[in-house]
Amino acid sequence: MKKLAVYMKPYWKTAVLAPVMMLLEVVMDLLQPTLMASIIDRGIANGDMDYIIRTGLLMVGVAAIGMLGGAGCTLCSSIASQSFGTDLRLEMFRRIQTFSFDNLDKFNTASLITRLTSDVMQVQTVALAMMRMLVRAPLLSIGGIIMALAINPGLALILLFTVPLLVVTLAVVIKKGFPLFSAVQKKLDRLNAVMRENLTGVRVVKAFVRSGFEQERFGAANSDLRSITVRASRMVGMTMPVMMLIMNLSMVAVVWFGGLRVHAGGMQIGQVMAFINYMVQILFSLMMLAFMLIMVSRAKASVERINEVLDTDVRIKDSVNADAEPIQAGQVDFDNVSFRYEGAGGAPVLKNITFSASAGETVAILGSTGSGKSTLVNLLPRFYEPSEGHIRVDGRDLKDIKLSALRQSISLVLQESILFTGTIRENIRWGDSQASEEAIVEAAKAAQAHDFIVSFPDGYETLLGQRGVNLSGGQKQRLSIARALLKKPRILVLDDSTSAVDMVTEARIQAALKERLAGTTVFVVAQRISSVLEADKILVLEDGEIMDMGTHHELLLRCPVYQDIYHSQIGEEVV
Amino acid sequence: MENRSGKMPMRPGGAGGMGGGARHMAGFTGPKVRAKDTRTTLKRLWKYLRRRSGMLFTVFGFVLLATLFTLVGPILIGRGIDAMTGGKGGVDFRSLAAIALALTCTYFLSALMTWFQTYIMIGIAQDTVWDLRSDLFSKIQTLPLRFFDGRPHGELMSRLTNDVENINNTLTQHTTQLFSSVITVLGALSMMLYLSPLLTVISLATIPVGIAITAWIARNTRKHFSAQQTVLGELNGFIEETVSGQKVVKAFCHEQESLRSFAAGNDRLKDAGIKAQVYSGIIPPMMNAINNMSFALVAWAGGWMAINGLITIGIIASFLNYSKQFARPINEIANLFNMIQSALAGAERVFEIMDEKAEFEGNEDAPSLGDAAGKVTFDNVCFGYSKEVPVLKNVSMTAEPGQTIALVGPTGAGKTTIVNLLTRFYDVDSGSIRINGTDIREVQKDSLRRALGIVLQDTYLFSDTVRENIRYGRLDASDAEVEAAARLANAEHFILRLPEGYDTVLSEDGGNLSQGQRQLLTIARAILANPAILILDEATSSVDTRTELHIQEAMLSLMKGRTSFVIAHRLSTIREADLILVIHNGEIIEKGSHKALLAAKGFYYELYTSQLRY
Ligand SMILES: Nc1ncnc2c1ncn2[C@@H]1O[C@H](COP(=O)(O)OP(=O)(O)O)[C@@H](O)[C@H]1O
Ligand SMILES: Nc1ncnc2c1ncn2[C@@H]1O[C@H](COP(=O)(O)OP(=O)(O)O)[C@@H](O)[C@H]1O
Ligand SMILES: [Mg+2]
Ligand SMILES: [Mg+2]
Repeated sequence: MKKLAVYMKPYWKTAVLAPVMMLLEVVMDLLQPTLMASIIDRGIANGDMDYIIRTGLLMVGVAAIGMLGGAGCTLCSSIASQSFGTDLRLEMFRRIQTFSFDNLDKFNTASLITRLTSDVMQVQTVALAMMRMLVRAPLLSIGGIIMALAINPGLALILLFTVPLLVVTLAVVIKKGFPLFSAVQKKLDRLNAVMRENLTGVRVVKAFVRSGFEQERFGAANSDLRSITVRASRMVGMTMPVMMLIMNLSMVAVVWFGGLRVHAGGMQIGQVMAFINYMVQILFSLMMLAFMLIMVSRAKASVERINEVLDTDVRIKDSVNADAEPIQAGQVDFDNVSFRYEGAGGAPVLKNITFSASAGETVAILGSTGSGKSTLVNLLPRFYEPSEGHIRVDGRDLKDIKLSALRQSISLVLQESILFTGTIRENIRWGDSQASEEAIVEAAKAAQAHDFIVSFPDGYETLLGQRGVNLSGGQKQRLSIARALLKKPRILVLDDSTSAVDMVTEARIQAALKERLAGTTVFVVAQRISSVLEADKILVLEDGEIMDMGTHHELLLRCPVYQDIYHSQIGEEVV
Repeated sequence: MENRSGKMPMRPGGAGGMGGGARHMAGFTGPKVRAKDTRTTLKRLWKYLRRRSGMLFTVFGFVLLATLFTLVGPILIGRGIDAMTGGKGGVDFRSLAAIALALTCTYFLSALMTWFQTYIMIGIAQDTVWDLRSDLFSKIQTLPLRFFDGRPHGELMSRLTNDVENINNTLTQHTTQLFSSVITVLGALSMMLYLSPLLTVISLATIPVGIAITAWIARNTRKHFSAQQTVLGELNGFIEETVSGQKVVKAFCHEQESLRSFAAGNDRLKDAGIKAQVYSGIIPPMMNAINNMSFALVAWAGGWMAINGLITIGIIASFLNYSKQFARPINEIANLFNMIQSALAGAERVFEIMDEKAEFEGNEDAPSLGDAAGKVTFDNVCFGYSKEVPVLKNVSMTAEPGQTIALVGPTGAGKTTIVNLLTRFYDVDSGSIRINGTDIREVQKDSLRRALGIVLQDTYLFSDTVRENIRYGRLDASDAEVEAAARLANAEHFILRLPEGYDTVLSEDGGNLSQGQRQLLTIARAILANPAILILDEATSSVDTRTELHIQEAMLSLMKGRTSFVIAHRLSTIREADLILVIHNGEIIEKGSHKALLAAKGFYYELYTSQLRY
């Protein structure tokens, strides 16, 4: 809780003003009965119409001021709570942007979404309610208690029984409720996750006619959410009548003991009546307070979930003396690198990888599915950190280079093409937000994307759906390549990035790349021998180890795995 | 950045009002808020509540009782005071005791009733919300792909959670309050009428003002809640898209830009949220002021009447008392009416999806497709995702039962589109597709899709175990069958090396597997489905050629006796096909066997000799 208070700090003036305004309303409200009484006692009793009118006008004025106070409180509390929530969300998102992949693997996307929206909303709502009620309630109850004590301290002893009872009830509810509230948010995560899977995998669900199955799955998540919410809400719902009962019974006690005192002559009836009125006031404000506390405990479940995000230890980040110097030449050395994915048991995915790529060289990586090719190239931009060994670029360890400097100099075409909602131009521009129009077209041309782009009625303005759904697989890949080329990197990584592209286009892309990329260190992960023929160095990866390394001709002579790969493609030669 | 929402021909019809989606938040001019018909929305919500009308009436009964008991309390206390009027030494303890007892009972009963009412209402609310969510999900299951193409996933998720949550809040918190306020108002009103009809009329004079103000505020509340929910949905969409594309965000150091877009949407959410909160919170102080003013009115009129001897002071005093009692629930009603707007705003967004047109309506009774190996005929098929851009032009072909048809051609030629039409993910614009002579539009769609086994170009796996992912192909398959399919797809050796073997839980979207491994699993899934017609859309594009050779045999035996469509770029995969169709720019430009096509030295020849010449 305390941690989050920081986000309220910039708005503390507004946040404090809200209850102050509320106070104004309360005071004005309290004036009304007095004014009313004086109309009756003095105006009507004396038949003084003038007085009645004057006091009536005063009442109108007081009402208007009260309204200003109330409205002001509403305004201030809304502004403060919403601004607080907004800042909190922004900070969470900023945090998530720094997450490394093992962090992201820990929370799933659906859960992050729930935390950013639903959980923040919970906290925000409580902040709002606190500003609107928290001052009013204690004030009224303290005022009431003072008045009650003033009337008859003896009778006020009843409160000594009531209040502890209330506190105990409240404590029990909060203690029992808290785990339920956490569970509600977790189940909400789950519901979100099932929904998300059905949206992302809609084609698979439809193709296999699994809507019945999915509805069952969703139904289960839905029912889970329902039953836990019902339990949590009933827990809260039960508090109100119980607390009401405690308070009302103390009222009965007041009537009874008040009667005794009146009988003994220690008290007057009017005092008993006044006492009862104050009791009502005290009890109602205590209830309000109790309700607030329950809300706070509910929010606490959300606060914990928010803090989990904010407190996540981001493993891959800039070290203190990281160097912002961009990469100049692009010489890459892998020095005895081993790697194992967090949480995945078994053998390491990469074992003792040692090789170097001189600046400007093209290194091809070949190997069977799952041999670790993508993993290897993902280590370069420091998406993951080697478990052992070092990777150096231009002689500097990756850890000593600022992440932004490193990633600015490396361009990646991932195996899976990911595009974003937006126009084609915006998507290519990801490579370089300052790029000129010509540069964009040029990159698109090199990636053999220009032709199909201009064939669309809106050309570069064509809007893409999420992930680029309205493009064919090869079109997406070519846009990814264009995006990567626009960056003018020192090191380019192409991870099987033409797998959905036909051979003619692939050959054209390769030719264009060769022309553009003189001096750039290129890593190509490929399946086809034809794509690696001219590489300066070919790494043959097998089960995470480098089997052999050399040029096409060398490998063809001595490496059995390479020969095997070669033979598997021999049929591709048609002429 | 200007708002381009009006112009998006690539985006199929369903994308209508989405305005460019979350990424365009910066250029977004503020949500268009349609003044929807409140009554229709309420009616539709009522339809859900009506299913539990019995329960609802029970709740109403409990509320009535609880309210009555609450009213009895003060009366009994008054009696208690009366019992003390003897003053010192003269308190009537017998009746005081009786009253205390009665009071205790009343309070117990009142608490009990309140508890029952809350207990039941929470059940009703949650059941209703369950229904709503379930209906929304079922509806989404029936929507055509066009609908999903243009919609950020997170935006839809928001409707299912955030919007439904609004409805839930109102149902749980506000409904019973509304009942009890109405009852209290009626009670107080009759007492006031009984005391002084004239003063009643006067004190009611401010009511129309209250109603007018409430109505005006409520309209704004609704508008801003709608805006808030819309923006929240967009923000949700943005978060979902950015987090799932995080790898690219990182690779391109795009964190700052993403943050900026997020901040822009976040700020809009703040604006909308502040407005919604202000409007929804403004009613209590306003009504309070109106009431206080009406007290002044009553004081003036009452004073005048009392001075002129039309009324006694005592009546004025008790009248004022009751009108206070009357004012509180009236305020509450006004406030509740206002709060309900947030539920309506949420409900509107939920119903908006429910009103979308389903993929196929009334197709359930159509004859179902047998599972005999099918003859597939494309007859002059034309199709475009949008009207302006034709993607397939006059495609005609016939696949005889058991034949393997290879579709080749440059990317973007329309190969996947042909698959999309065959599965009826989209429907042809003109021409027809027939299986065994029947137009696929006249066949029950589930039976059609069940007859097809598909490996889609974009692999998709669920975050479930490897075993369940394969079993997705045929839910009643035994473990042994699942494993056999995995073996055929050459997936077993890597599955066994996973930490828990077949029971390893995949992370989101199969993230902890290599791309090729994911493809092998989807192949295993299709093998398990054992379909009459097999469709492989670049099924092995990320698999290395040696592994591919290994599954080749399995594939060939799988295709035996089935009509198969194979899309691939690698020759080895297509060479054996009975018929190769070369697609270019949405047309079939060449067809024939591998040998014949090579001999023709046409497009196909170009396609497959070029790689050796670069
Ligand atoms: N995020 C991850 N978490 C755990 N294991 C992973 C992850 N990504 C890949 N793997 C595993 O690492 C191995 C190598 O994968 P990858 O490098 O993608 O292979 P490929 O050579 O096909 O590109 C595979 O066995 C895969 O299951
Ligand atoms: N969902 C979609 N919405 C709009 N246009 C699409 C959609 N899917 C594909 N297209 C367009 O249709 C054309 C054909 O795509 P596709 O059939 O996927 O090609 P491929 O032959 O590579 O499989 C491409 O120009 C692509 O941009
Ligand atoms: Mg890979
Ligand atoms: Mg395709």
